[in-house]
Amino acid sequence: MADGAVLLRTGREDAPSGASSASAAAPHVTVRGLTKRFGTASIYDRFDLDIPRGKLVSVFGPNGCGKSTLINIIAGLILPDAGEILFDGKPLRAIKFGYVFQNYREALFPWLRSVDNIEYPLKLMKLPKAERRARVEKLVAHLGVKIDLKRYPYEMSGGQQQLISIMRALVVEPEILFLDEPFSALDYEMTLFMREQLQRIFMETGTTTVLVSHDLEEAVYLADRILLLSRGPAQIADFVHFDAPRPRADETLSEKGFIATKAHCLEVFQREVRKG
Amino acid sequence: MKRAFDPFLPALGVIGLIALWYFAVWKQIVDPVLLPSPVDTFQAMYKGMAGGRLGFDFLKTVERTILSTVIAAAIAIPLGIFLGASERLYRSVEFVIDFFRSTPASAMFPLFLVLFGVGNETKISVAAFGAALVILFNVAYGVMNARKTRLLAAKVMGASRLQVLTGVVLLESMPQTFIGLRNGVSLALVIVVVAEMFIGSTDGLGHRVFEAQQLFNMSDMYAAIFAAGALGYGLNLLFLLVERYFVHWSGK
Repeated sequence: MADGAVLLRTGREDAPSGASSASAAAPHVTVRGLTKRFGTASIYDRFDLDIPRGKLVSVFGPNGCGKSTLINIIAGLILPDAGEILFDGKPLRAIKFGYVFQNYREALFPWLRSVDNIEYPLKLMKLPKAERRARVEKLVAHLGVKIDLKRYPYEMSGGQQQLISIMRALVVEPEILFLDEPFSALDYEMTLFMREQLQRIFMETGTTTVLVSHDLEEAVYLADRILLLSRGPAQIADFVHFDAPRPRADETLSEKGFIATKAHCLEVFQREVRKG
Repeated sequence: MKRAFDPFLPALGVIGLIALWYFAVWKQIVDPVLLPSPVDTFQAMYKGMAGGRLGFDFLKTVERTILSTVIAAAIAIPLGIFLGASERLYRSVEFVIDFFRSTPASAMFPLFLVLFGVGNETKISVAAFGAALVILFNVAYGVMNARKTRLLAAKVMGASRLQVLTGVVLLESMPQTFIGLRNGVSLALVIVVVAEMFIGSTDGLGHRVFEAQQLFNMSDMYAAIFAAGALGYGLNLLFLLVERYFVHWSGK
């Protein structure tokens, strides 16, 4: 599919597409001069990145290239050695964001009922009980979730638990949502189901979303942009557009655009792996 | 058919033991002076517990065991949280804790006798000492082994250090704390009963067993031994039930 690659717009710059307003074209998150070393290994060396607003960005790359490290640094879980990360020009502490861990079993609080887990960040914000309940109910209605939230997390399936995690991240109405390989601990059936859930959530809320994935099919299927990283110190190998209309479904996986994009990403990925 | 009988399986061992006991008494395999019949023993137990000496001694031992466990918990739980909160701090005292945890508490009796005299305080403080080390070690490990992801999750949602400690770490350490409490109360009972045998005692189950043996009153002695067994089993069960209620997520 050599001619398929022509369909792709690639490159770092997010070319403003015609009608979109100036604020929509401005990046949501700017990473400048990010530097991070773990011992002698240089993970990031003066790394720059613009994350577009209201898009779902998948991060994909070779093992150990620092996919998770990138969103952990952006989300403030790991301190960088140098560099600046701004959200609309503001630092992290000035914004609301959500973070979803891969290991939902360890990320949820087993002593709290699911509804109390979701309310936890609101409690930290010192919202009164009635308002917390109202916010959760609004979110439940918005997402059309049909789970008994009175149950404890350990009484639920893995997918339901991860859905609770995602709801806990969304309940603060974040400006940006980070997900670190959120479905990799689930079985295939549940993974497919959860992809649809995430796509629906994204379509409903339009929240800027950064998804780390180790599954290329998933990375492309869910994304507006696929960030392909090189081996350490990581650079942007490519920042691919994928513009298939939503909602995407199983048919998307066999469409020409999807196959071409995935093939292109795989080619870039293989090139980066061989370099190492 | 088989399944319906399953709840009664634990009774089989008890019936088997009593049958064996009867058999031994009937065939006089053991000297009848040393092994009274089950009926004599349970009669002695019933008489002793219903307003007799045994009931009084039983309550004395319960009182000492509970008191020493409460004292141990009151000291060891806060201290364990404090030490466990900093892994480096715990590592610096770990050897001392492990050393005294490994020292048989009975070897400490003479020291505590000098410190507290021959009264009740000695028995309670030796038992509390032994139990405290077991509880301390478990609480500290519970705190240190708090799931890092859970702490990060709270932190990433904006929890302060104090909020992480009270809202996450403490609850994270609860299952391990209960393991410590259960082991601690068992150890406290062992130490209390031994202490009641030796240090100028006038009451308690240990004293009852010892005195019955001295008077060669074998059915009373077996009755006291069974009472001590029932107490140990009951305390363990009690703590398990409390744990299941308060730490419903344990092991899930």
